[in-house]
Amino acid sequence: MATVIIPTPLRKFTNNTARLQVSAGSIQDTVQELTTNFPDLKKHLLDESGNIRSYVNIFVGNDDIRNLQQEKTAVKEDTVISIVPAIAGGSPDLAAGTPDLATGGSPSLSFTREELARYNRHIIIPGFGMEAQKKLKAAKVLVIGSGGLGSPVLLYLAAAGVGTIGIVDFDVVDDSNLQRQVLFGIDEIGKPKVEAAKRRLQSLNPHIQLHIYNTHLNSGNALDILKDYDVIADGTDNFPTRYLVNDAAVLLDKPNVYASIFQFEGQVSVFNYIDQQGNRGPNYRDLYPTPPPPGLVPSCAEGGVLGVLPGIIGSLQALEVIKVITGVGETLSGRFYIFDALNFESRTFNIKPREDNPVNGKNPTITALIDYEQFCGMRAVEEKALKEISVGELYDLQVKGEKFQLIDVREPHEYDIVNIGGELIPLATVADNAAKIATDKKVIIHCKVGGRSAKAIRELEEKFGYTNLYNLKGGILAYIDEVQPELTKY
Amino acid sequence: MIIIEPAIRQLLVEDAVNTFPDECCGFLFGKEETDGTRIVIDILVVDNSKQGDKTRRFEISPTDYMTAEQHALDHDWALLGIYHSHPNHPAIPSEHDRKAAQPYFSYVIISVLNNDVDKNVIHLRSWLLNEEQQFEEEKVIDYQFT
Repeated sequence: MATVIIPTPLRKFTNNTARLQVSAGSIQDTVQELTTNFPDLKKHLLDESGNIRSYVNIFVGNDDIRNLQQEKTAVKEDTVISIVPAIAGGSPDLAAGTPDLATGGSPSLSFTREELARYNRHIIIPGFGMEAQKKLKAAKVLVIGSGGLGSPVLLYLAAAGVGTIGIVDFDVVDDSNLQRQVLFGIDEIGKPKVEAAKRRLQSLNPHIQLHIYNTHLNSGNALDILKDYDVIADGTDNFPTRYLVNDAAVLLDKPNVYASIFQFEGQVSVFNYIDQQGNRGPNYRDLYPTPPPPGLVPSCAEGGVLGVLPGIIGSLQALEVIKVITGVGETLSGRFYIFDALNFESRTFNIKPREDNPVNGKNPTITALIDYEQFCGMRAVEEKALKEISVGELYDLQVKGEKFQLIDVREPHEYDIVNIGGELIPLATVADNAAKIATDKKVIIHCKVGGRSAKAIRELEEKFGYTNLYNLKGGILAYIDEVQPELTKY
Repeated sequence: MIIIEPAIRQLLVEDAVNTFPDECCGFLFGKEETDGTRIVIDILVVDNSKQGDKTRRFEISPTDYMTAEQHALDHDWALLGIYHSHPNHPAIPSEHDRKAAQPYFSYVIISVLNNDVDKNVIHLRSWLLNEEQQFEEEKVIDYQFT
């Protein structure tokens, strides 16, 4: 006969017997025999459907039958079976009437009275409620870039109660940021953006965790930084980082909420999102398999952006992050949203996964992160030919009175704001004005930060074979910073 | 009625205070008189095996439970019940306590209030499940018999 050890609380149902003998067979037979002989045991061991109650553990020797063959676990002549009640409990939840946080398969989280008051307007929305608020608190979101898009995204996610937020940015706050990067004020100029952001967000919501990464996201650190987060929000302003974030999110199997802005237009989508039916949505490479040639699409620093636009688009991005986390509503997965601020037009396109997607198509060729600057054609161009001159070297030439020609390829309205005495030949007109550009002395070409001047040099070298062109590193902004700080920056 | 002598009470309070802000937990051993009076003779401190927030939940592993039953057998004591603490909450069973509660066991709750106002203010109460699966308070005698 096998032995069953009855736990103390149940012994009053077994005539105070601690050890009972039962026939060999299976655990199912044992339970049947016990409940037949001691009917009062039944309601403590079995639920209404006749299954062993979740808070009753049955051990055979030292092993939980859940790790053996469950109810079919064999009971032999010398088997010792222990019935072990689950012992658990805890302090009451703070708010009366809130759902039991320890049940329902939702995260086991509690809210303080202050948090409940803070999130009240979420909790009372039908279809959102406590369930969604708990998911927000349990969620970990990584926001890449804390600039124009990152500002509203971070402010709204922190205010909404996303429990853990990571922020990646390498930049420092500059006064040209304040026109749209509403996280920062004049006191933060010159300080690392991530630190300024953390201070602002922590004062907005002290109930959340903030992790900051004051670094350039690159192929070497991206997987390591992204891996601890549930959702990625990409608010970067350049193609290499955008492809890097996309590929890392796909490789790590995380949804990537994407937004971008340029001048008067904004874009939003949700990439690599698995819907409730288990279908995976497209990613950035399904939309744009290859990056545009370098220089074709300028960054915001080069092309400009209307200050309120990132506020609109970043808010939409925050909205999609919240929908991805909570499962409330339908996300933009499989759709691509474009907002044109000039004529106030919105369009939504459908996008589909492509079979030739190099990261997760039929025959993936990218299985690890690559060199994204090279992929976007940036490094190759810079390494090939471009000769550069630093603002310090330019200043030396000026001081020594050496012969050189300084050309400014910006637009006339920029020239009017500030110039350093260069000859104005806007980028679009350099080829037509080649005759004005010297061949017998050093020609230093500059723009605002160095992108357009590089393009001008490439064009002139290709079309006319110049060998005496130098790009001013960092453009007029670097010159103002280092040589003439009294001049106006824009 | 459950008799918890000062020396035993001291052990319970120490565990509750030392484990603060987490919940502590353990077992109570002793004798039961024919009139139902329980006398706690010894306690067994075990780990709070709850995964996650231990400041608001406790859980005792099945292995620790089996050890406790064996401990009672070895000393010829009765396993009288369970104790646990409520950090910064009153010594009243919560809904979590009630749902998971076992019949027969005394549930001793040690409340530790330690906040801006109170510094290690202790309350100790005991509770027993009735036939309707509701808790009823069990009188605690925690003074010395002379």
